[in-house]
Amino acid sequence: MTGSELTMPSRRALIGGAGKTLSAAGLAMIVSGCSNAAAPESAGDPSQDVGILNAAIALEHEGIAAYQIAATSGLLQPAVVEIGVTFQGHHKGHRDALVKAVEQLGGNAAEEKSQDHYVEALGIASLKNQEDVLRLALKLERGAANAYLGLIPSLGNDFHQVAAQMAGDEAFHAAILANALGEPIPKAPLMFG
Amino acid sequence: MRTKTGIWVSIGLATAVVGGILLANALPANQHTRHVAGNAAEIAPSIPSPALPVTMAAVSNQAIAGKKLYQSKCGACHSLDANRVGPQHRNVFGREAATVSGFRYSKALKKLNIRWTTKNLDIWLTNPSKLAPGTSMGFRLAKASDRKAIIAYLKSASPKSK
Repeated sequence: MTGSELTMPSRRALIGGAGKTLSAAGLAMIVSGCSNAAAPESAGDPSQDVGILNAAIALEHEGIAAYQIAATSGLLQPAVVEIGVTFQGHHKGHRDALVKAVEQLGGNAAEEKSQDHYVEALGIASLKNQEDVLRLALKLERGAANAYLGLIPSLGNDFHQVAAQMAGDEAFHAAILANALGEPIPKAPLMFG
Repeated sequence: MRTKTGIWVSIGLATAVVGGILLANALPANQHTRHVAGNAAEIAPSIPSPALPVTMAAVSNQAIAGKKLYQSKCGACHSLDANRVGPQHRNVFGREAATVSGFRYSKALKKLNIRWTTKNLDIWLTNPSKLAPGTSMGFRLAKASDRKAIIAYLKSASPKSK
């Protein structure tokens, strides 16, 4: 499949509408979830939670950078850029909620690295067309959904819901990207986690 | 007479089949050829022994499955050749913990003082904070078969350990 054969732009109205709806509702839930997360009755070890949440912040920094680099790469069609920027907005919402949670726990939030670092770490230079970019985005989003689900048992109880919400957002992104790339719908259930 | 002939024909056929299998496995090309998408060199068996084709094939298949699992379960934070949210994993098998150049480890990992063996990787992936309380890696992999496959893949991507 070449970049020009991708079906995402033709589904722009449907995809864009769904993404915007999730963005508004999802972020409202995330923020409310994180304000609860700082409650003193947390069952987890706060220092352990800070470390894990900071790893999640680092993951979000990388995702935000990846979408930024992709959007300005010149490899994407305008409609795809629009969707990518919407997804990037979700990741910024995740980052902000996680930073707030870390600070409320008394920790210092992980800072983003240079764009050059992300370009090298993600092998951006090897991306030649839109399909390459979408495949990288799919890999990162699918991995992020699994990462959030996999860290839930290690977090204090108060962070379980927000981690699950973020996993849901990442799974949503992955589903859109997989569809755009023409991947078949998985036949087996429990496809994440 | 017909019965005796039949027996000899059967023995002859069985000998030919068994001999063929042994000869096929003795050919170097058949021991090492694995058609794998992606990084074939990472997961091709490296021990040329005609006595181990079945075992090596099983390990190789596990590593192939492990590569896919690695990408979907670990790929958000890790790569083989780049330090990202977590350290790079090329040659992780057999390596001392917290020794990747250029990666900033947590205090918990710095004082861990272990090597990444099959057993330690299994404990780590099951529950990282049990092995290193205070680690920033919160990801747990509950399914034993997934852990086994990913460890096989990491081992295949660690040529220095062989």
